[in-house]
Amino acid sequence: MARMRVRLTFPPERIQEPVIYHLVKDFDIVTNIRRADVKADHGWVILELEAKEETLERGIAWLKGKGVKVDPVERDVIVP
Amino acid sequence: MTKLKGLKCRECGRRYPSSPVHICEFCFGPVEVDYDYEALKGTITRQSIAAGPPSIWRYRELLPIEGDVAVGHHVGFTPLIRSQNLAEELGVRELWIKNDSVCHPTWSFKDRVVAVAVTRAKEFGFDTVACASTGNLANSVAAHAAEARLKSYIFIPADLEQGKIVATLVYQPTLVAVEGTYDEVNRLCSEVSDKYRWAFVNINIRPYYSEGSKTYGYEILEQLGWRAPGHIVVPCAGGSLITKIWKAIREFASLGLIERPATKMYAAQAAGCGPIVTMVKNDTDVLTPVRPNTIAKSLAIGNPADGYYAYRVVKDSGGYGEHATDEEIVEGMLLLARTEGIFTETAGGVTVAVTKKLIETGVIPRDESIVICITGNGLKTPDVLYERLETHVTIRPLLSAFDRALAELKSQARS
Repeated sequence: MARMRVRLTFPPERIQEPVIYHLVKDFDIVTNIRRADVKADHGWVILELEAKEETLERGIAWLKGKGVKVDPVERDVIVP
Repeated sequence: MTKLKGLKCRECGRRYPSSPVHICEFCFGPVEVDYDYEALKGTITRQSIAAGPPSIWRYRELLPIEGDVAVGHHVGFTPLIRSQNLAEELGVRELWIKNDSVCHPTWSFKDRVVAVAVTRAKEFGFDTVACASTGNLANSVAAHAAEARLKSYIFIPADLEQGKIVATLVYQPTLVAVEGTYDEVNRLCSEVSDKYRWAFVNINIRPYYSEGSKTYGYEILEQLGWRAPGHIVVPCAGGSLITKIWKAIREFASLGLIERPATKMYAAQAAGCGPIVTMVKNDTDVLTPVRPNTIAKSLAIGNPADGYYAYRVVKDSGGYGEHATDEEIVEGMLLLARTEGIFTETAGGVTVAVTKKLIETGVIPRDESIVICITGNGLKTPDVLYERLETHVTIRPLLSAFDRALAELKSQARS
């Protein structure tokens, strides 16, 4: 099993959708939310994801397809 | 030594022993080095600092190392220059330029953070250091790893031009070019740092690494004659530098090394990548990540790790922020070169341009002390100026040809 700590940033149009629910139910990814800030016009959630590596990759690709930004909790680690 | 109390989460306050940890296990917030300031009071004086070496290590009691300095003995203590010409052009009474474009050994302020990170990495027993970088950080990590005789891995996006990596490759690190988008490279590096027992300077060593930036602030205060200026304009990429200069001011004040400061901090960013300044202008603590599109490559971090904390420093200090367009950035570089003889990289152009705007709009008053932060050298990225500069005359190798050309130039100057 692979684990990943990520920060999800939601566009306003996805705030009302049960995105994390689908990540668990449709992809069989274990989620563990640690911190979040969700308001009417923005939202971010910091959580741990646990699943097989390829499952995680599929889940993340699905999130990106939904317009959800997926970053490591460290955010940008490539420094110019 | 007892000065290091360990690490403390910046979000939930949970404490950890001093170790290569950068994320709080509970809330996944960033952790920061915590010192025993009570024990330090009275042991650090202006005299004890002034008796130290002319480098960042004169402040070693306030840096997160425990043993001897391992690398970077000559890093820092760069000039703080009292500007006459630029001050006159901008119409201000007291202007200072903190010039890290001449920082040893790789010509940027990143040498400060990397010298601290690599020294700490050696103390932790690592034999390999690493980073993900396309510019100044890569140069500095590779150079300091060479000096420390440590192995080094530098991760870059595979599409980075060869010309950009010569100043890193010369130190002979292992360069890993990763095929994929910027986001994918980002995520991979985070995973690599989780799996391998390496000192990833800006990931698992970040709490120690970032403390090196405080020395930039300490030097400003000491070189100003142990006083804090009224205003400091700081270029922002990840947002760490502005928070650490602010921390340096508060530490010196709490240790009684300077009088009670009233410094206002200003964030300078490019219009094509300015999420922190956007937070300041919109007065919101929510950072909206952006996709960078600017010539100021060394500031091009669209989702900065310390964005929120940088915003807080600006607000808490009573400062402000401003963006600079690409055109204004080049004008800023040329203005600094023309008036002070300093060739800075695009980040310095951002700082100069933003300072000019903040003065012209009355945000920074003309009669108070101002420090502008120049953090890198223009010789690394001369390409941004290629098409904007030109030779004035081309002549045949004859004195008469020069005479004619000179007369023509003078007549052009008169008209």
